[in-house]
Amino acid sequence: MTQRSFELPVVGAGKRVDHAAAAEAFNADVARTDWHDASLWFVREKRDRAASAVPDWEALRERASTIKEHALTHLDVYLMQFEENATRNGMQVHWARDADEHNRIVHRILAAADARKLVKSKSMLTEECGLNPYLEERGIEVVDTDLGERIVQLRGEGPSHIVMPAIHLRKEEVGETFHDKLGTPAGMADPNALAGAAREHLRKRFLAADCTLTGINFAIAETGGFVVCTNEGNADLGMALAPIHIASVGIEKIIPRVEDLGVFLRLLARSATGQAVTAYSTHIHGPRPGQALHVVLVDNGRTRQLAREEFWRSLKCIRCGACMNTCPIYRRSGGHSYGSTVPGPIGSVLTPGLDLDRYASLPFASTLCGSCTAVCPVKIDLDAQLFRWRQHVVESGKVSLVKQVAIGGSTAVLDRPRLFRVAGALVRFGLRLLPEPLARRAAGAWGRTREAPVPPRESFRAWYRKHRGGST
Amino acid sequence: MASSVALFVPCYVDQFFPHVAIAALTVLERLGIKADVPEGAACCGQPAANAGFAREGHSTIARFVDVYAPYERIIVLSGSCAVHVKQHAGEVAAHGRKVDTAGAGVAERTTELCAFLHDVVGVDRISGLAATYSGRVAVHIGCHALRGLGLARPSELQVGPFDKVRALLGAVRGLEFADLARPDECCGFGGTFAVGEPAVSTKMGRDKLRDATTHGAQAVVSTDMSCLMHLDGLARRERMGLPMYHVAEVLAGTAGAR
Repeated sequence: MTQRSFELPVVGAGKRVDHAAAAEAFNADVARTDWHDASLWFVREKRDRAASAVPDWEALRERASTIKEHALTHLDVYLMQFEENATRNGMQVHWARDADEHNRIVHRILAAADARKLVKSKSMLTEECGLNPYLEERGIEVVDTDLGERIVQLRGEGPSHIVMPAIHLRKEEVGETFHDKLGTPAGMADPNALAGAAREHLRKRFLAADCTLTGINFAIAETGGFVVCTNEGNADLGMALAPIHIASVGIEKIIPRVEDLGVFLRLLARSATGQAVTAYSTHIHGPRPGQALHVVLVDNGRTRQLAREEFWRSLKCIRCGACMNTCPIYRRSGGHSYGSTVPGPIGSVLTPGLDLDRYASLPFASTLCGSCTAVCPVKIDLDAQLFRWRQHVVESGKVSLVKQVAIGGSTAVLDRPRLFRVAGALVRFGLRLLPEPLARRAAGAWGRTREAPVPPRESFRAWYRKHRGGST
Repeated sequence: MASSVALFVPCYVDQFFPHVAIAALTVLERLGIKADVPEGAACCGQPAANAGFAREGHSTIARFVDVYAPYERIIVLSGSCAVHVKQHAGEVAAHGRKVDTAGAGVAERTTELCAFLHDVVGVDRISGLAATYSGRVAVHIGCHALRGLGLARPSELQVGPFDKVRALLGAVRGLEFADLARPDECCGFGGTFAVGEPAVSTKMGRDKLRDATTHGAQAVVSTDMSCLMHLDGLARRERMGLPMYHVAEVLAGTAGAR
């Protein structure tokens, strides 16, 4: 089994994610950047068409936001209610404070049943927890069964998108990976043929699995049941076949009532891929006869985020990925440039809460254009939260603007004094905080691809004094 | 106080694009609106705040509140600065300064030039300016003007279509619109983003320019000179021959005059 690399493109010393540097590397291949951007924009446009077909889409977003805010501000009540009802339904409920405890719980369940082969459907939570390497080190075979997840797993990469994990890869690259790892004919790049090969390969794993692990999209407090949404039916195949089912879920995925579910199911797939609904929306209200069903409720920093007045609303997220598809920076820098399990705008407000030092560059990987906020089905004020994280990054001294500007620095224009003077003045004028050498670097970052504005003979103020005789 | 209306000319417009501020003042004067441009507040504090230095930028916006508090209406010559003032001037009250009570009021009374011309003056009177412009333009509404001030329907929102900027420019004889594939995609300027993330910023700008030219645009017209400073810098480096104008220049009839 290939070891996964969780150290995604990080440039410079230490483990700090340097988004700007990773994005620059991504942009070195212009054709690829264009293709990546166009692929995601296609999904964004599909989302627009799907959303426009729903009457009162904006009211639906508002409703979803209200339900989530209610659930999050009464999370203690609903989590206990869920546990009680799920237990009554025959599920075993576990509580994990952090990633490590989650991984230990999963391993304990597997070890107790002497289970060695695990099939997993898509779960960003287990990516966040680093479950695969943890289990692999303990002799468990872990097979991701979502096609995109399986592709990146075979390549030893992490997902670059939470809904489309392999969106950064072209079909030819998938063909090469399958040729190397699954023995498909060299040069095979037909999507249907590749999917067929994956199906063949995965079916054997499904049949041999001792245990299946799924994520949970919505856990319903009122009934103690949960819903798993997929397009490939891979979660369903796993759940139908394996004698043990473990469902891992972040505690923010709780919704109060069954009747709330319709609000979210109408929003989720439309926002994610532009489909009316996912191909499979599977409702689980207890184990199959003879099957053991475990639910692991995971905190891993969520209660800390919930306690942050400025950021708790980020926990409303239903992981649709629409903010990634719409983000002009994500589309042109790729998910790996964020060095975080959840990339894009939502990742840039969630992940700094886990490790501000490591992820300090992420809140700056945005123009604050606000498209993410406008597209978000649960109305998370993403751009405002990015703005607020910037203040914390600066106040904590984690990454100064100095570093931020220096990242883009280039000495290419240092020998062009006029350009430097003008561009430097440009930055200095708006931002008097920059020391001279930094203004110089900023000017370099500007001037590498852009001309500086042509300085006029006189400022507007000078003209105004002359022609309108000043004021006040 | 000579007038109840003030025009705020942002720092970079004052320094680099005086002709745009002159055009804005001209348009207002032709409409019979006497606007002051008071001294003492060169910047609204947005560049520092967006870079994470809101605390350091606080004295800047406090000064802005001080200077503009006496005015009944404050017209900002930038969507981005206008949004910053509207969102953050109110915070001035929290710091116990003598202008405490003015912060929220200034935020309330602040508007952006195009919003003012559309909402207060009205398109009919803009038509009365009898402005002319010959050519096809790509309209670029800055993201803050678009989503922060609501100058047009953002493509994400499922609400009825409206576009105040195109409504204003529609009153200009001879002006045609280029239909862009992504009319409200960000241009990539983003303040310090332009120098902090130069690769993506550059790519976004180039994509915006390509969208404009492939759809027949002979010029770009925007609500924000900051977007245009970036786009123009890219276009001139690549010798695209694509001029950039603020909406005020088009309405004043000075677009293309330089």
